[in-house]
Amino acid sequence: MLLEVAGLRKSFGSIVVADDLDLTIAASEAVGIIGPNGAGKTTLFNLIAGGLSPSAGHIRFDGSDLAGLPPQGRCRAGIGRTYQIPQPFENLTVFENLLVGAVHGRRKTETEAVQACGEILDQLGLLKCANALAGSLTLLERKRLEMARALATAPKLVLLDEIAGGLTDGECAELVATIGDIRKTGVAILWIEHVVHALFAVIDRLVVLNFGRKIAEGAPKEVMQRPDVHQIYIGIEA
Amino acid sequence: MMDAGAARPTRVFRIETADRLSRTSAIIACIVLLMLVLLPVFAGRTLIQDLIFLFYMLALAQCWNLLAGYAGLISVGQQAFVGLGGYVLFALTLIGGANPLLAIPVAGIVSAALALPTALIVFRLRGAYFAIGTWVVAEVYRLVFAQVKALGGGTGTSLSPSVTSSVPGIEWIKTALDVRTPAARDIASYWLALALMAGTLAFVYLVLRSRRGLALGAIRDREAAAASLGVDIDRIKLAVYVATAAMTGMVGALIYLQKARISPDAAFSVLDWTAYVLFIVVIGGIGTIEGPVIGAIIFYLMQRYLADFGAWYLILLGTLGILVMLFAPRGLWGLVSERYDLTLFPTRRRLVVNEDRSQG
Repeated sequence: MLLEVAGLRKSFGSIVVADDLDLTIAASEAVGIIGPNGAGKTTLFNLIAGGLSPSAGHIRFDGSDLAGLPPQGRCRAGIGRTYQIPQPFENLTVFENLLVGAVHGRRKTETEAVQACGEILDQLGLLKCANALAGSLTLLERKRLEMARALATAPKLVLLDEIAGGLTDGECAELVATIGDIRKTGVAILWIEHVVHALFAVIDRLVVLNFGRKIAEGAPKEVMQRPDVHQIYIGIEA
Repeated sequence: MMDAGAARPTRVFRIETADRLSRTSAIIACIVLLMLVLLPVFAGRTLIQDLIFLFYMLALAQCWNLLAGYAGLISVGQQAFVGLGGYVLFALTLIGGANPLLAIPVAGIVSAALALPTALIVFRLRGAYFAIGTWVVAEVYRLVFAQVKALGGGTGTSLSPSVTSSVPGIEWIKTALDVRTPAARDIASYWLALALMAGTLAFVYLVLRSRRGLALGAIRDREAAAASLGVDIDRIKLAVYVATAAMTGMVGALIYLQKARISPDAAFSVLDWTAYVLFIVVIGGIGTIEGPVIGAIIFYLMQRYLADFGAWYLILLGTLGILVMLFAPRGLWGLVSERYDLTLFPTRRRLVVNEDRSQG
């Protein structure tokens, strides 16, 4: 298994945001996570990427325990992430944003990293604004930059946090196609998303979280048929 | 989308950091530097003294800008290293009998050495607490040096003329430029200040051009995102803190060689060595290399022409600072560079595409 989360627990005082979570992801597998607001989805990402440390439980990645490893170490181990609210380096160019990940996440020199960065920008349709300041990008471009920057670190697993939120249907379809392309390169994907139809176009397996607990897991269509999941997701069409 | 891979020509990418404009500005920088080196031949003593002040304020501002503008370390305690550098120079020359020229780099080394344990304390603090912590540490430095009787305790001490005149080259300056000893001393200090200022500027520029500069730009904009892209934030911050302490210490040694008199209250003054420096960086444009240059020139001009107005000068200084923060948060250089897309010290890495259709 690429990622093994076992008995993961995180609480802030009396509020439990991750409660005895188990989750595994195989190499080049795509797994989706849904759940209502406050279900602990982003917290799970922060625990995996190292922004938060768990109160209990273990996270193993690519055969080694991640306990105590800071975010930069997890990035170098092969975990790339995007943020729900894009976090571009506004005063750097789009290309320089990628270069940060390639140079520091992969320990390459700038010259060694150029070709890979250029190819990722090309793949994600950002080549035309490569030398523009990241602060000048539109929302769609910012979301693409989030992904491009994560890919520049050559991850084995990318964590996508509501990457399709706030986009128009057309933009969303384009983004789904791009994520599909990324999948084909063998990168494993763990994807939190409220836009369920976008998620279902890509993932193999679905996990449903509620109040920090995993309440369902399995084939996407089957999981959505379950009454308890349906109850949480009333009104949302799969 | 599907057939794009087959039809797309092979693209070869390369990186480009300098353009034609930047080559022009490099030539201009060399000419300006040469003119400044030769200036004492023509200029009067007042201008030389003014420029010494401008140069060391600019060097301090570049250091603080790297610290606060890039690494996000808002220190209000850099006077700790100015005073430390000054006192190291006094101790080495007065007690140790060392040459002042040798004492300046030693002051840098001592500052860096003391910056490490200081960092152990203040790096435990974040944000506003870090700022206050650095100030407290600077006060501790001040109180410690006030206890050193050999260096004049709380009232301070002066350098004897034999020390200030022992800077190598003063005799040569006297004969070559036909000036008296005090003027020759100023000219020697002027060249030292110019060398330190140019050295600081070159150091900051080279750091920003390196892979660490890329990381510093990322930390400046979004610290958490920089960490998740593999940037080793704590290590880079510590390196910047120690390096700027070394440079600030050397500048401090030079300042007090020129002043020839030191006291704990003056050497560890938060107003002179941090508040003014902060003003320079903020009005010029924080987080850019050009900003402190513009800010230092404006500050120097205000000091030169408005200092006679006493309290009104400080009120005006404060008002200007507030206005810039409110209406031009990226400083005066920010206004210029936004409108004209101009940089004097290019650090941008541009991606250049070479379309190679023959392999397509």
